[in-house]
Amino acid sequence: MRQLLLVVAETGEAESSMGEEVTFWICATLCVLGAFGLVFSRKTVHSALSVAVTMISLAVLFILNDAPFLGLVQIIVYTGAVMMLFLFVLMLVGVDSSDSLVETLKGQRWAAVLLIVGFGILLIGAIGAAMVGFTSVGLAEANAEYGGNVEGLARQMFTTYLLALEVVATLIITAGVGAVVLAHRERWSPKLGQPEQSVLRMKRYKDTGEHPGVLPNPGVLASSNAIGTPALLPDGSPSDLSIPTPLRGTVHSRIADQPEEIEADVDEVRSIAAGEETERPEVLDPISGHEDPQTERADEAGRSENDDNGQDGRDGGDR
Amino acid sequence: MDPTNYIILSAILFCLGGLGVLLRRNAIVVFMSVEMMLNAANLAFVSFARMHGNLEGQAIAFFVMIVAAAEVVVGLAIIMTIFRTRRSVSVDEPHLLRN
Repeated sequence: MRQLLLVVAETGEAESSMGEEVTFWICATLCVLGAFGLVFSRKTVHSALSVAVTMISLAVLFILNDAPFLGLVQIIVYTGAVMMLFLFVLMLVGVDSSDSLVETLKGQRWAAVLLIVGFGILLIGAIGAAMVGFTSVGLAEANAEYGGNVEGLARQMFTTYLLALEVVATLIITAGVGAVVLAHRERWSPKLGQPEQSVLRMKRYKDTGEHPGVLPNPGVLASSNAIGTPALLPDGSPSDLSIPTPLRGTVHSRIADQPEEIEADVDEVRSIAAGEETERPEVLDPISGHEDPQTERADEAGRSENDDNGQDGRDGGDR
Repeated sequence: MDPTNYIILSAILFCLGGLGVLLRRNAIVVFMSVEMMLNAANLAFVSFARMHGNLEGQAIAFFVMIVAAAEVVVGLAIIMTIFRTRRSVSVDEPHLLRN
């Protein structure tokens, strides 16, 4: 690895070499495209990935600028740690949290663009004016003084900037402790273990008569085992408890609003219980409550295949 | 190669980062834009080091990187805390301090 770095550093030293020119323009283009992606992509994940592209291109530019150590630190710290941390927080916060496009301050957007364009023109103009006829010294001599870029940088760190290094070490430890403190959440109520939960369950049974055992699965004996389809009780009535709590009152209530469908299910269950061969009732989409033509067609195909199996054929597809 | 190119690239990246800070509402994107500005400054430091032929610029860039890493850690923890209480990472939302 060290050999590679030295080779890279040496190739970077050659002033105005063709290779540097080509690499610079490729990486500069990627950098600027990544920056535009950061600012203008609607989805936050796309922004984060654009920043990762910019960071990697910047690392290449660092290496091109005779800073192989910083280039590698850039890749390890920025693309490896910081961007992954960003993605991690992004996933915790929710990928779908897109930006609101409502302008809260009127004309703020145009003012910002104007400000930045003006600032950029000033900056680039000043740089252009200040750097006319400037010849680059190059780092070959400075690097060679202590036997290489890493050695020279280490010399700087541990002599000239020793105090700064110590202060920065304190800072980074403080930041770590700060993150732990900020992420820590105080527990206001004692944690409920299995014994406590079981005691509470029995207490609820005593007080309200709530069933203490396992709840029924959705879709038992119904026309589909979709999670929103209530299980049918032995008498054919739908069971409220069989639907997951978040779905109660949404899908279930819609199904309950259409009693004729439930009625069909109930009839089917009753006829099965009576041991009769029945025509298969229409398949109903449990979500919308409407007939799904595609399912219907697939079902017809399935039925003709399974005709020989008799009644068991209905168990084939969606149960 | 003319070092002016690197400095101008760093100026462009800095401006785009600033544009992101001013335009976007999502706190995480704003934060990434700040990171981009820090990186642009780092590129300028590294090119200055090469221009002047000593390693001071690279040492400073290294310190900037360390401070940026510490800042990311604390900043993201703060964003998480705000998200936990307000269920939003929009920088427009927390105007509780206004009244």
